[in-house]
Amino acid sequence: MRHIISVLLENEPGALSRVVGLFSQRNYNIESLTVAPTDDATLSRLTVTTIGDDRVIEQITKHLNKLIDVVKVVDLTEGEHIERELMMIKLKASGAARAEIKRTADIFRGQIIDVTPSTYTVQLIGASDKLDAFISALGTANIMEVVRSGVSGIARGEKTLSP
Amino acid sequence: MVVRALHDEGVKYIYGYPGGALLHVYDALFRQEDVQHILVRHEQAATHMADAYARATGKAGVALVTSGPGATNAVTGIATAYMDSIPMVVITGQVMSHLIGEDAFQETDMMGISRPIVKHSFSVSRPEDIPAIIKKAFHIAQTGRPGPVVVDIPKDMTSPTERYEYEYPKSVKLRSYSPVNRGHSGQIKKATDLLLAAKRPVLYTGGGVIMGNASAELIQLARMLNYPVTNTLMGLGGFPGTDRQFIGMLGMHGSYEANMAMHHSDLILAVGARFDDRVTNGLDKFCPTAKIIHIDIDPASISKTVKADIPIVGPAQAVLAEMIELVGASKKQPDAAAIKTWWEQIDEWRTRHGGRYRTDDSDKMKPQQVIEMLSKVTNGDAYVCSDVGQHQMFAAQYYKFNKPNRWINSGGLGTMGFGLPAAMGVQMSFPDADVACVTGEGSIQMNIQELSTCKQYDLPVKIINLNNQSLGMVRQWQDMNYESRHSHSYMKSLPDFVKLAEAYGHVGMKVEKYSDLEAAMREAFAMKDRLVFMDIYVDQFEHVYPMQVPRGSMRDMWLTKTERT
Ligand SMILES: Cc1ncc(C[n+]2csc(CCOP(=O)(O)OP(=O)(O)O)c2C)c(N)n1
Ligand SMILES: [Mg+2]
Repeated sequence: MRHIISVLLENEPGALSRVVGLFSQRNYNIESLTVAPTDDATLSRLTVTTIGDDRVIEQITKHLNKLIDVVKVVDLTEGEHIERELMMIKLKASGAARAEIKRTADIFRGQIIDVTPSTYTVQLIGASDKLDAFISALGTANIMEVVRSGVSGIARGEKTLSP
Repeated sequence: MVVRALHDEGVKYIYGYPGGALLHVYDALFRQEDVQHILVRHEQAATHMADAYARATGKAGVALVTSGPGATNAVTGIATAYMDSIPMVVITGQVMSHLIGEDAFQETDMMGISRPIVKHSFSVSRPEDIPAIIKKAFHIAQTGRPGPVVVDIPKDMTSPTERYEYEYPKSVKLRSYSPVNRGHSGQIKKATDLLLAAKRPVLYTGGGVIMGNASAELIQLARMLNYPVTNTLMGLGGFPGTDRQFIGMLGMHGSYEANMAMHHSDLILAVGARFDDRVTNGLDKFCPTAKIIHIDIDPASISKTVKADIPIVGPAQAVLAEMIELVGASKKQPDAAAIKTWWEQIDEWRTRHGGRYRTDDSDKMKPQQVIEMLSKVTNGDAYVCSDVGQHQMFAAQYYKFNKPNRWINSGGLGTMGFGLPAAMGVQMSFPDADVACVTGEGSIQMNIQELSTCKQYDLPVKIINLNNQSLGMVRQWQDMNYESRHSHSYMKSLPDFVKLAEAYGHVGMKVEKYSDLEAAMREAFAMKDRLVFMDIYVDQFEHVYPMQVPRGSMRDMWLTKTERT
């Protein structure tokens, strides 16, 4: 099953490489990884999406917790949560395709953020499967380039991840 | 600052080798007398010495190596300590900070290279941080599940021309690191109830009992319950080897009775052991009728390979102490009749196959005989530091360890070359103790240069070289799985070890007949202030048995070259 694991990490040199190293060393897979500082300058927040059975996920969270730089770990998929990912997608947009792309982007509530006579660049934010759906709705013919941010997640309700 | 911080941490010995990046530190070492530096002949030996110091004393050992090749030479030693959860602080020199990343002379990314084999690592970027970093390094190395910590220090961080405020912190607080200091009482209660209800229990204990200082508690609990105890390779000495309740080591080369008891048990109390593949054999066939209580300081060790029915995260000592209290206060007591039947079964296994080997299939001395003699001559009280191979397994099987922290071997990584430096590290801290290095002619040559260090520091280690003129363990596998094609497992052109020892200024002895062994060994151990290299010729063709059949269950074993369970 796919899990979204959120990690609060000391904002120290080498901390990120320890997390990434753990995944490769122990043969865990990383689907996506995002990391950025938080409102507290001493902490970074990292989100990993990974696939594994319960035993593997349990081992991943245990090993993450063991890393000295890791302050907190939570598997967001264990509770109610919101996940978002940002995608920018550059498309060939001429002739009939131009209007079609615009229409599809509207349906998905995407925004066109860059325009040339022959291209559109669309920005779309949502859960990963929504981004996937958008890509398949467009078809491969017009896609020139795709860049995705990787997943960020947060728990619903009062629950927070704090040190 | 580095040396002062080490002194304030209470460090007595550091093992190391100088180089460009460390010259400031070595100069500081020269100008003081509190911290004694031991100069090895290869950095790997420095790390093994520090490691063995920790295994024998429980306190973190310290190694000091220069940047580049010094640091990479230390890698094997760091990995060895990591695999066996040994507290150690390794200080590595680094090129000047402004040169980092430029492929400067003797630069290696030690933080990167060591990352998968350390508990944690620090890189110093401001000299004034050194005391706090050293304090944290020791704290992390020695608490929780212990492990090696690397502190990488660029040369300019130790420049004597600059002066900083120095204060050694009294304590450390790390918001992201707080090892547990006791187990969950509810879990311990549940575990105790299960323990008391068992009919065929086994206490299976590992290195966590040794490093966690829980041997006394283990003995007390085992005596209260009258349950059998088996130790892992790392756990030997945690329970007295001569005790009736001790059923030997378990696992790949474990005793017949220990592996049989495990397989047929209905309850396994695992303490500070990690169900590794050399213990469990085929996981799908592992102990089919047993419920499992698993006590470990490291949550990640629990249910990693074998699922625990009752997991208890906590230090072995505190958890066992709580169990002792509960058992003592409990109205319910072990099922005496069932336990009696269980012991009858175990004793039957024991008499059927326990601890025997053939002496009639060769006119050569048997390696097992040598270890039994060592056990006898030293009363089971010596520090036995082993290398890796058949000799290691014979030592584990036939030396009767009566005390914890006396059996010192590279269990997890299996590092040939560990034995001699390890023996040196122990002898240094216990100058009057009997310290034996049990080794083979293959392993000893991996760090033989340390005979020179032994001379310099008068370390009267007794080297017991079980010379079978072959890489015996490799050869055994080739005999069993490759139709005896001995590909590169034969040690041609062996040196004359007696002369070699003498060349280094030590005593050498060659023993070829069993009838000479006892006298020679007694003579060697009587030379309290000399290193004696005993080159003992043993049967080349001997195999280590029992040996579990690959991917079988615990009870599937070869018992001799021709007999199988
Ligand atoms: C550094 C290292 N290289 C290779 C091995 C693989 N290995 C394990 S045991 C062994 C043979 C050891 O020979 P020796 O020291 O003579 O001991 P014996 O088995 O003959 O008692 C080898 C090569 C190892 N454990 N460590
Ligand atoms: Mg050999």
